[in-house]
Amino acid sequence: MPDMQTAHSPMIRLHDLQVEFRVPGKRVQAVNGVNLEVGPGEVVALIGESGSGKSVTLRALMRLHPERTTHYAGTLEVAGRDVLKMGKRELAQLRGSSVAMIFQEPLLALDPVYTLGQQITEAIRQHAPVSRAEARARALRLFEKVRIPSPERRLDAYPHEMSGGMRQRAMIALALACEPQVLLADEPTTALDATVQIQILLLLRELQRELGLSIVFVTHDIGAAAEIADRMAVMYAGRIIEQGPAAELLTRPRHPYTRALLKSRSEGAMQKGRRLDTIQGAPPDLSRLPAGCAFAERCAFAAETCLGGQPEETRVGPEHSVRCWRLDELPAQGGPVQRAEPVNG
Amino acid sequence: MKPTHSARDPRDLGGPRQPLLSVRELKKHFPLKKTGLGLRGPRLAVRAVDGISFDILKGETLGVVGESGCGKSTTARLLMQLTPQDSGELVFDGLSLGSPGLSLRDYRRQTQMVFQDSYSSLNPRMTVEDSIAFGPTVHGVSQREALSRAHDLLARVGLEPARFAGRYPHELSGGQRQRVNIARALALEPRLIILDESVSALDKSVEAQVLNLLQDLKQAFGLTYVFISHDLNVVRYMSDRVLVMYLGEVVEVASADALFEQPLHPYTAALLRSMPTTDPLRRTEQAPLSGDPPNPIDPPSGCRFHTRCPDAQAICRTRTPVFGEAMPGRSVACLKYEPGSGYAASTIALKEVTHA
Repeated sequence: MPDMQTAHSPMIRLHDLQVEFRVPGKRVQAVNGVNLEVGPGEVVALIGESGSGKSVTLRALMRLHPERTTHYAGTLEVAGRDVLKMGKRELAQLRGSSVAMIFQEPLLALDPVYTLGQQITEAIRQHAPVSRAEARARALRLFEKVRIPSPERRLDAYPHEMSGGMRQRAMIALALACEPQVLLADEPTTALDATVQIQILLLLRELQRELGLSIVFVTHDIGAAAEIADRMAVMYAGRIIEQGPAAELLTRPRHPYTRALLKSRSEGAMQKGRRLDTIQGAPPDLSRLPAGCAFAERCAFAAETCLGGQPEETRVGPEHSVRCWRLDELPAQGGPVQRAEPVNG
Repeated sequence: MKPTHSARDPRDLGGPRQPLLSVRELKKHFPLKKTGLGLRGPRLAVRAVDGISFDILKGETLGVVGESGCGKSTTARLLMQLTPQDSGELVFDGLSLGSPGLSLRDYRRQTQMVFQDSYSSLNPRMTVEDSIAFGPTVHGVSQREALSRAHDLLARVGLEPARFAGRYPHELSGGQRQRVNIARALALEPRLIILDESVSALDKSVEAQVLNLLQDLKQAFGLTYVFISHDLNVVRYMSDRVLVMYLGEVVEVASADALFEQPLHPYTAALLRSMPTTDPLRRTEQAPLSGDPPNPIDPPSGCRFHTRCPDAQAICRTRTPVFGEAMPGRSVACLKYEPGSGYAASTIALKEVTHA
């Protein structure tokens, strides 16, 4: 299939994307109007807590949700092509050769009864007409690229024979097997130790630069996101409530939820002997979303206006936008307000 | 519950300076099954915990950090006696475990554990109140009293008894279930609670709530915590002292502030530098450690860290460092700090400060 995107059009374009799961007696609105664009070679991190819709959004990009119970609406384009209108064959073409995904737990994502070499050569031969030997040579090059030591030997290893970090590298190699333009990463470093996590983040950054990949990186760990992302989007109850360039979002967050989230991680926030600041309550039930701002009931700045309807996306900087009714009433900031507390140490 | 001893403070036997739990040369190897060609060779074993000694002081929170496979969780299970040690001794408040003064049953009542997976650690067919009351009834408390205590504890952990007592685990959120697990651990009025990655599975906002709760309960009940976590920020916040493990051995113990501000062991330093920053302008450019930890079946000779250590010298390959005091209040197992170890001393720089 020819590449239809031109140099400046985004690799991924989501406009008012909605994903709803219909189970008997219940409609779960997991994603409720997500607008997001990811340019070629751009790394975007989707941040949020469990149930915020970040993984659902990510999986929607490959239409991985069960077709029968999932209802999509809105625009979902990858490399200029409408994913929601794709037939089976087009989807199979999209998955792997345009868009590939890596997961949190490689042991579950990899097939335990085949060696890694077999799995990668199978993926390559599925998408390209090459001989077994040629596919294996490519697999070997991939293993070298993701820095697996003694790659020749590791190609014949089964997933359980490798350590967690090596398995994650192998899964990245598998994802890159068909030279995708977009890499979707679903909490790829969450299950790893800090020492290994940083290695994988650096590897992803390097591969991204080398191959010009667009990456959508889903995580709940702001630290991991800060290490890799150009832009960040914060999700809450199935919506992006704030997005912007990573440096700006981290230093000048506007939405009360983003501020609270960052505050819990900022230096000086965890002072021994002081109580931690918490966001009271819990996220709303996705099958009974309120009419107004979903964060209102936990928000320190909420007012009557917040309960009426959905706040629109408001631009607060060149690429920085926020959904909040009380944007003008929020306390002023020079750096995050909360960080100004006298707790530096 | 009737205390078994009738001293002034019935539970505190050794006084405040006696460590609550002294761990002496604790060792646990998991033998591997012999297969194929290995049948004739010596029997191999995963050396999960390889002769560790440390003290848990009364009223402190001792943090335990290290990569996966370093023996953190095996240590927790040994402390809890969920698995028997191969050798070594546990001395609880001056009494050796297994001696006439301290039976396993007495010990278990005073030591409780909260696990990472809040769901699988609760019986799905028992209501919350029954789960909490179960332990005390086993230990001879009447059903009625155990239930009323369960309700008190639910209130203490922030779950309204009237709403939550009759619920089943699947009807609760992860944070609520972990509160139930904490209440259950408290039901036997323990003195030591082992928290093995107890908040790791929770979302950040819920995690903060549970950490606050743990601090409150520690105050209220005079508890001592062993806090195991891979999240170094949280360990620093919670702990008075921190113990660093590598491949089944203790490599460094120090007060939390000293350890985070000036790590002595090169492994501790690398571990701290691996923490991601939240500043996109100060991104990590090079991974502090390469590769995964070596295989605990066949750990490297000499200092076990020498294969990944940036400061390793030839001597580190052959000589095993002795865990000992390098500075007042700071113990470390590294040849750098061992006088006369043969480590070329010129590179010693005690001032070196590594920022996390």
